[in-house]
Amino acid sequence: MSQMNLLQAINNALITAMKQDDKVVCFGEDVGHFGGVFRATSNLQESFGRARCFNTPLTEQGIIGFANGLASQGHKAVAEIQFSDYIFPAFDQIVNETAKFRYRSGNEFNVGGLTIRTPYGGGIRGGHYHSQSPEAYFAHTPGLKVVVPRNPHQAKGLLLASIRDDNPVLFFEPKRLYRASVGNVPEEDYELPIGVAEIVREGRDCTVLAWGAQMEVASKAAERAAKEGIECEVIDLRTILPWDVDTVIASVKKTGRLVVTHEAPLTSGFGAEIAATVQEQAFLHLEAPVSRVCGLDVPYPLSHEAEYMPDETKVFEAIHTTMNY
Amino acid sequence: MSKSIHKPGFVLGDALDIPTFKVLKQDGTLYKGAQEPEFDKEMALKLYDDLVFIRVLDERMVGAQRQGRIPFYLASLGEEAASVGSAGALKPQDMIFAQYREQGALRHRGFTVDQFMDQCFSNDRDLGKGRQMPIHYGSKALNYNTISSPLGTQIPQAAGYAYGQKLDGLDACTICYFGEGAASEGDFHAGLNMAAVLKCPTIFLCRNNGYAISTPSAEQFSGDGVASRGIGYGIATLRVDGNDLLAVYAATAAARAYALEHNAPVLIEAMSYRLGAHSTSDDPTGYRSKDEEAQWAKKDPILRYKHWLTQKDWWSDEQEKTLYAEHRANILAAMKAAEKRPVPTIDHLITDVYDEPTPHLRQQLKQLKAHMRKYPEQYPKTSGRLDA
Ligand SMILES: Cc1ncc(C[n+]2csc(CCOP(=O)(O)OP(=O)(O)O)c2C)c(N)n1
Ligand SMILES: [Mg+2]
Repeated sequence: MSQMNLLQAINNALITAMKQDDKVVCFGEDVGHFGGVFRATSNLQESFGRARCFNTPLTEQGIIGFANGLASQGHKAVAEIQFSDYIFPAFDQIVNETAKFRYRSGNEFNVGGLTIRTPYGGGIRGGHYHSQSPEAYFAHTPGLKVVVPRNPHQAKGLLLASIRDDNPVLFFEPKRLYRASVGNVPEEDYELPIGVAEIVREGRDCTVLAWGAQMEVASKAAERAAKEGIECEVIDLRTILPWDVDTVIASVKKTGRLVVTHEAPLTSGFGAEIAATVQEQAFLHLEAPVSRVCGLDVPYPLSHEAEYMPDETKVFEAIHTTMNY
Repeated sequence: MSKSIHKPGFVLGDALDIPTFKVLKQDGTLYKGAQEPEFDKEMALKLYDDLVFIRVLDERMVGAQRQGRIPFYLASLGEEAASVGSAGALKPQDMIFAQYREQGALRHRGFTVDQFMDQCFSNDRDLGKGRQMPIHYGSKALNYNTISSPLGTQIPQAAGYAYGQKLDGLDACTICYFGEGAASEGDFHAGLNMAAVLKCPTIFLCRNNGYAISTPSAEQFSGDGVASRGIGYGIATLRVDGNDLLAVYAATAAARAYALEHNAPVLIEAMSYRLGAHSTSDDPTGYRSKDEEAQWAKKDPILRYKHWLTQKDWWSDEQEKTLYAEHRANILAAMKAAEKRPVPTIDHLITDVYDEPTPHLRQQLKQLKAHMRKYPEQYPKTSGRLDA
């Protein structure tokens, strides 16, 4: 075990993957010698050479198109998109190509070796284009897996699993926590399961569901509620697609209540999918409507960032309202 | 009709040999055969004023970011002549689509020191209503389209805007600035091709400053810079020394005349160097040498232009001192004033999403306000003005 922040854990996972399998290749804007604008790929080029870790020209559609080709040829392509706000030039390559490579060819070809890493989320005074949480766009695309870690330990285990998973994975990294989240991370190789949620706090009164950076907010709100005697069960979804319906439903059946929270705007956010599934599968167990605490339906703001964010007080209030329904 | 050959013979990637247009030497004298620009003394001094203003502004704002007064800044140190010189050759009715390092063009158009500050401090006077990070300026009145961070997106937009100007029969064109890094985006290729095919009076001005954050241009492209691509799209192309204000001015003036006469785009590649960090989030010591920076510091575009002014007897040391002192004082005063102003009221969280806030958005705002009344200390910037 050693203490690492989230960036160091990601860097450590990449080194582990590249050492263990020489088919792993990392690339993206500024990821080479410089080690990426956040330094997640520090020292990879020095350790593994320019052929396996390199700068690309500044073109996201090029990066993912290239990655699709490389993965279909049999390599494990780990492509970085510098900010998830800049993933959209690659939307066509991801949605129409990555996601359908296997299906459309009858499994003659696939890009299962592809992993796309990208920082997401707000709270860094980054305005519209350095703050968005675009996971729901991709969750609407069968063929992709979408993974979001909440801390360094999770990041290493989930990233290693993502790189080795035989399906294309979008790996969203909570950049607000890159340096802020520090924890013990095993030095050795390990994987955490994709498609499996984790109950991080047990409770009988109300389920609170989140992922990534929002887990910190959800946990703080649960602590606040605990001071008033409300015992929340806090679940980290970890994988958005395919998501762990069973764990969530089992918890809701126990608590009878669900608060889902994410930074992305409310309308058509992934919380909507969860709410729909929960009312379908646990309708008679619900003591209150499923509550969503999300960003407002506006572009991510700058000077009103604090007001926009689904912060601890908003999640706490939602827990309260749900309890007193 | 292409001529026939009967053995495979490649035209190699380096077949073109695109020259660089230069007027001013670093000592302020003209190259042999080069011509003086067509502007008078008043214009010459206005351009110098723009250059100095931007240099002082950039220096102060980088400092303000370090002090934590603004979250971000991005300087144009070393590249001021490319944006000021090109903007100087345009007409006020010409539309500007910038990338983000063209504050010189905006200043030339007349953006005031207060307007710069209001945007950087996201206050209630910011034309963009405090919604974007510092340096994302825009002004309808000055024909300066608001900056968007996603790179390259403005390039096809500039083609479309110019097409509209052409349809309306205006004596106006569009200039589009972008970096040599952004020129790798798909939007660059789409935009230049559309402008060429649809005959749009667009001046594409690439600032080739050697780097895209840490990525040197040698890792960005293999061909002869960005200029060679213009020719592939059938676009009139010129490479110019971007640290030479007189050359940039003359190049842009010629490009404007060409674009409007032929209803066709022009590509200018201005060769320069980003002397400072990419932005306040960057530290260039991780990817380039001090020695390289020092070589380029010797080619300072502002100093070069000043030498020319001095030799024409249009400028003195005395004036120089006054000008810097004046700009410093004005910028400091404006900064203090901008910093004191509040951010826009929370009502503006939902304006401009659509032409009118939808009922659904009004409902969300109402809920938010109710929450803010309960927890006013959580939202100190706006909770005191909920009914304003
Ligand atoms: C679509 C997109 N991808 C990535 C980025 C992140 N980014 C911001 S500036 C920059 C480098 C741009 O370099 P260049 O176009 O040469 O302009 P310069 O900064 O040198 O003026 C990058 C990669 C972005 N803003 N937009
Ligand atoms: Mg550049």
